[in-house]
Amino acid sequence: MTVTTTGLLPQTPYDVAIVGAGVVGSAIARALAHHPRLRIALVEAQDDVGQGTSKANTAILHTGFDAIPGSLEARLVREGARRLAAYAVESGIPVEPVGALLVAWDEEQLAALPGLAEKAKRNDFHEARLIGPPELRAREPHLGPGALGALHVPGESIICPWTTTLAYATQAVRHGVDLHLNSPVQRASYAEGVHQLRTPRGTLRARHLVNAAGLHADTLDRQLGHDDFTVTPRRGQLIVYDKFARALVRHILLPVPTALGKGVLVAPTVYGNVLLGPTAEDLHDKRATGSTADALALLREKGRRILPELVEEEITAVYAGLRAATEHDDYRITAHPDQSYVTVGGIRSTGLTASLAIAAHVTGLLADNGLELGPARDLAPVRMPNLGEAFPRPHQQAELIAADPEYGTLVCHCERVSRGEIRDALTSTIPPRTLDGLRRRTRARAGRCQGFYCGAAVRALFEGARA
Amino acid sequence: MRNVDVLVVGAGPAGLAAAARLAAAGAGSIEVLDREQQPGGVPRHCAHGGFGTWLHPLTGPAYARLLADAAVRTGAVVRTGVTALDWAGPLALTTVGPQGPETITARAIVLATGARERPRTARLVPGTRPVGIYTTGELQQAVHLYGQRIGSRAVIVGAEDVSYAAADTVRAAGADVVAMITELPYPQTTPPRAQHARLRRRIPLLTDATITELLGHGRLSGVRIRHRGGRTITLPCDTVVFTGDFVPDHELARRGELTLDAGSRGPATDGTLRTSRPGVFAAGSLLHAVESAATAAGEGAQMAGAVREWLAGAEWPAGIPLTVDPPLHWIAPNRITPADRHPYVLRTTTLLTRPVLHITQNGRVLHRQRLRTTVPNRPIRLTAHWNGRVDPEGGPVTVRVR
Repeated sequence: MTVTTTGLLPQTPYDVAIVGAGVVGSAIARALAHHPRLRIALVEAQDDVGQGTSKANTAILHTGFDAIPGSLEARLVREGARRLAAYAVESGIPVEPVGALLVAWDEEQLAALPGLAEKAKRNDFHEARLIGPPELRAREPHLGPGALGALHVPGESIICPWTTTLAYATQAVRHGVDLHLNSPVQRASYAEGVHQLRTPRGTLRARHLVNAAGLHADTLDRQLGHDDFTVTPRRGQLIVYDKFARALVRHILLPVPTALGKGVLVAPTVYGNVLLGPTAEDLHDKRATGSTADALALLREKGRRILPELVEEEITAVYAGLRAATEHDDYRITAHPDQSYVTVGGIRSTGLTASLAIAAHVTGLLADNGLELGPARDLAPVRMPNLGEAFPRPHQQAELIAADPEYGTLVCHCERVSRGEIRDALTSTIPPRTLDGLRRRTRARAGRCQGFYCGAAVRALFEGARA
Repeated sequence: MRNVDVLVVGAGPAGLAAAARLAAAGAGSIEVLDREQQPGGVPRHCAHGGFGTWLHPLTGPAYARLLADAAVRTGAVVRTGVTALDWAGPLALTTVGPQGPETITARAIVLATGARERPRTARLVPGTRPVGIYTTGELQQAVHLYGQRIGSRAVIVGAEDVSYAAADTVRAAGADVVAMITELPYPQTTPPRAQHARLRRRIPLLTDATITELLGHGRLSGVRIRHRGGRTITLPCDTVVFTGDFVPDHELARRGELTLDAGSRGPATDGTLRTSRPGVFAAGSLLHAVESAATAAGEGAQMAGAVREWLAGAEWPAGIPLTVDPPLHWIAPNRITPADRHPYVLRTTTLLTRPVLHITQNGRVLHRQRLRTTVPNRPIRLTAHWNGRVDPEGGPVTVRVR
């Protein structure tokens, strides 16, 4: 198993290099790992997988009911949702099929609901139905006053986006994919049947190239001579409310899209918190992942209307993610056979849901480009540590603690993370390089105290493992 | 399932003092749980002095050891590394530790779970999420318990006692305090302490100023600060410490659906520290975040009498609600029974110049008391000797500033 963070990159050319270890790039690497004859490199600019849009989103596993019928996105989301739901069960990725409600707060939104139900049918999704105020109130007793009705979409689910990306990458690495972190591609070129990717760690060569660079996919695409799309980062700021808010909401409460734009959603998380957001701000800076006072005030104002009691609860975290929005309405997944190159661009909010279907689609495109896949094998399943509240956590399992008391020794009290879980993460296939990486793998320091109690202890364990 | 007479949650000053007093009085089997590996609570990481008594001054860690030793010596069982997770009944808790899960039933339960500082996120400070953001609690543990390196230039948010303690810890770690900032026009500590920091340590205090943004990718590179007048400056720094703004750690109280005080967010109690649930008591910073360790320990000891009466079969009086009007923020305890004798603590949200407190019930003035000039984040104390005048059949009692 190869995960590198420093030193020169290997000199021998790979069969395939995938640039970008987000949820999409990791899924593609995992799909290609089914073919043991291929030498595959997953090349990531940052020090961990899933560091871009994959770590900061609304954490929803969509049904695709509202996609543009007939689009590539609609097909891949529909197919990806089925694949990911099954993969999550196999791999221990927490998923809760809580369902969604598109709540109408005015006549215009109410009038838009039948059209959305119709669109769902055209997307081959037949379970969506309109409900009136009494049923809405029964389903969501804490909803603010004035809701006129809703479209109920069963099957919309909440998921742990972080565990998903890590599961793909872990499984890929365990099946022979080389993961090279800290390797930003500064310059890409293609000559004489070989791609050359220049990085600060030397040049990596590969016969086939997949561009899954997310926010930077347009830059890489241009270096290879294509001008198909421009990524305009669209910032989404989100507020994570305290776990005491979880009892206030049962479904994903989605806004009804109208001509006046999209509102914000309120959704439970698999960790037992409640999300409020996101904003949608078109920016130019691909590093602008900060939050702003105006946006936080706006979100709280909108949240107060949707779920008045929510804004009375404490805020546990605030984060901002950048969606890789382009000028196109659909994904930009394009094969360039003459260059042995596949662009996977414009993957927006639905990328997590569609990831496994995108990976299968891209595998097909690579084969069409002339990649000899060779024989295929089944992958040994991965079993990820459970971060979800709907499934047993280690401290809740008496047999586990009896076998290893470290699982009964809690370090992070707010999130009830044991020393055993932290130890496991620090010795895992793709270990964390930072405390934030450890937090995403275990939830240590992710709770309401944000490290007041456990911060120093967690850091001591982290630094001890690296010493 | 195991039974004890009194189960105390939290081995800080309040919990340990309660356990020691109960065990010494022969109140039966007394067990104290703490989720940390060492007993003592917050004083464990307060390396500074100011604990103990005038005659026997101690540092925080020494004080923590003293209290823990006292509890153990009197016969209380102190179990660390054990977390009380949730309620399994009106007087039963589920716990977990290295020995596995266990349900413990008690005849009385004492909640002494303490308080914590609100982190940057809960304070809604915008900006990036770099490394180098602390609360005092985390900073003190990092420096004093683990010897970890912090940055080299720190900004301290707050100017109350705990903020000055944080500044001392930053200096102990070999780093500089770039500035302390407070939204208020004045520091909220004793004048000598404020002057010492400003004149001797040369730490600038920016008053009427709020922190509006954190800057930097990876490591913190600076903080943006806005003065009340609208002027904005950027202070380069690699560490920021959010101090004060304590909130009670009321998870168990809330999970147990105990009545909470709307102002302090701690459990509502009467003067003998009985909560809204018969058999459940509460003491220490959980009730009033934050008072001194001595106050918390005093409450723990004070409560022992009421716990013993309850164990002997005493009634659980409902009491009369005690509320405050703005600009007062909260009062603890906040229910009155005629037997209450211990002083109350209050907080204000604004500066009060030699205020006169009026305590009334059904329009009738029970008591007037003039106080020294007082500021937010500093304790105000009110005697309880007037509560013999409270009509036990009457309405709520209110404290206002006149």
